[in-house]
Amino acid sequence: MNENTSNPIIEMSGVSKWFGDFQVLKDVSLQVFSGERVVVCGPSGSGKSTLIRCINRLEEHQEGRIVVDGIELDQDTQHINKVRSEVGMVFQQFNLFPHLTVLENCTLGPMKVRGLSKKEAEALAMEYLQRVRIPEQAAKYPGSLSGGQQQRVAIARSLCMQPRIMLFDEPTSALDPEMIKEVLDVMIDLAESGMTMICVTHEMGFARTVAHQMVFMDEGRIIERSPPAQFFSEPEHERTKLFLSQILSH
Amino acid sequence: MSRSTSRYRWSWVDSVVLLGIIGFFGFIGYRVNTVLVYQWDWGFLPGYLFRWDEETQSLLPNLLVKGLLTTLRLAFWSIILATLIGFVTGMMRTSRRLFPQAFSRLYVELIRNVPPIVFIFVFYFFISSQIIPLLGLDTLDQRLGPTGQSVVEFLFGPVSLLSNTFSGIFCLALFEAAYITEIVRSGIQSVSVGQREAAMSIGLSRWQQMRYVVLPQAVQRVIPPLAGQFIILIKDSSIVSLISIQELTFLTLEVANSTQRVFEVWVFVAGVYFVLCYSCALIFRRLEMRLDSSRI
Ligand SMILES: Nc1ncnc2c1ncn2[C@@H]1O[C@H](COP(=O)(O)OP(=O)(O)OP(=O)(O)O)[C@@H](O)[C@H]1O
Ligand SMILES: [Mg+2]
Repeated sequence: MNENTSNPIIEMSGVSKWFGDFQVLKDVSLQVFSGERVVVCGPSGSGKSTLIRCINRLEEHQEGRIVVDGIELDQDTQHINKVRSEVGMVFQQFNLFPHLTVLENCTLGPMKVRGLSKKEAEALAMEYLQRVRIPEQAAKYPGSLSGGQQQRVAIARSLCMQPRIMLFDEPTSALDPEMIKEVLDVMIDLAESGMTMICVTHEMGFARTVAHQMVFMDEGRIIERSPPAQFFSEPEHERTKLFLSQILSH
Repeated sequence: MSRSTSRYRWSWVDSVVLLGIIGFFGFIGYRVNTVLVYQWDWGFLPGYLFRWDEETQSLLPNLLVKGLLTTLRLAFWSIILATLIGFVTGMMRTSRRLFPQAFSRLYVELIRNVPPIVFIFVFYFFISSQIIPLLGLDTLDQRLGPTGQSVVEFLFGPVSLLSNTFSGIFCLALFEAAYITEIVRSGIQSVSVGQREAAMSIGLSRWQQMRYVVLPQAVQRVIPPLAGQFIILIKDSSIVSLISIQELTFLTLEVANSTQRVFEVWVFVAGVYFVLCYSCALIFRRLEMRLDSSRI
């Protein structure tokens, strides 16, 4: 890890969360350092989405502390907005704004949150649309793009906020197989540029090439955390072995 | 779609329906002609539309056209006012805060659960008679210059009737805004949570999420039901005749009383309302199609 290891950019300690009586996260602690890439996996319902959604406060945790880039996530809306503008998020369902063009999707945040002029924002947006290899679609509406193209626009939209951290929640799960690669390629590029990334994904090939750390979750707990080489060859827990054998068998 | 609807096939059902319709109107016509022995006479009508003014040597609107103009102004301004109020209270309905929620809920329920006629009287005696004098409309004609007066007259009708017209506008707007509130609420709630979350995740504040992401999508979805409500508003505008607002229905009543040509007058006015509402429906349908095709 390239920066000072004593100061993680994301620090979760003892985080617990309940939906009603149901405890989704159980005393979760996780540190992520600047430039580090973490892939989170685990069975459905184990709390992966909830975990990363807590990092930009799409979900509120009830116990423990979450500090992102030196800012603690508490009830202070200013803290929350500050963290959100530093943390990009890519969703399984893309969630592009259908009433705005691709370009407008990308310029909305920079203009309204960062206060850039339209011209500056558009230049920035074109730069990132170039990076996700889709500049020619800038004037179109999201509805006329393929799933893979939409997801790449969603990545560009997040990048336009020039975040320090990117969160991905199963970004390829809603895509047809032939489109998965174009999205993963963009994510690999992003990884190579040194972005701090937390990805929930079942794309194990991607995880092997990109991840510094694998995190395995089950029933709201982080059960295992190790570098991919170790994670895939000699997982420590029975639960992890079972999961890997299921997911790698097809 | 146009294929299947443009090619009708005549079946026995159509014959039965057609016979039924002919029979019904035949019966009505028979009753009117033989039992009521009513002498139709439309000759008086033009005189109540326009009158010749000797003083200025020009044709001026008479009662029925005056009423129509008032109805048009009344509808126009209450549509605008009701939409404004409805959007504000509609957003309040979806607020997370207790007070705006409770207030807008109370407003909607109060109005929806009281008959319109009762609401109008309550409004007239308790609200409008208190508020309208505060606007100082009665002395407005003294304070306005001649150009000011003609502008006001063009927008709101005769200056001498301003308080009267404004009571009507407020009354209708407050009444219809309750229904618009619910339309707007359902429009806002129809925008998926994912849209809001995406807006949050790029750091937009709550108001910005509403303004740039949720509302534009909600507005597009509420245009058809909103158009329907506007047409209802135009029709409902006739009930403010009960508090003596000088609009079409009110003046029609006067004409009917003074001429005794009850049948002709009401048939004529029914036609006027129909043309008014139907042309509105056509305009909104156009608008909707334009909006639909503008984004692909
Ligand atoms: N808003 C909510 N209200 C109630 N329960 C919820 C809510 N969101 C998630 N849950 C529950 O919390 C648990 C964890 O959900 P989460 O979405 O974090 O799981 P996940 O690991 O991302 O699963 P998947 O692989 O299916 O996406 C699930 O059992 C889910 O049913
Ligand atoms: Mg999930």
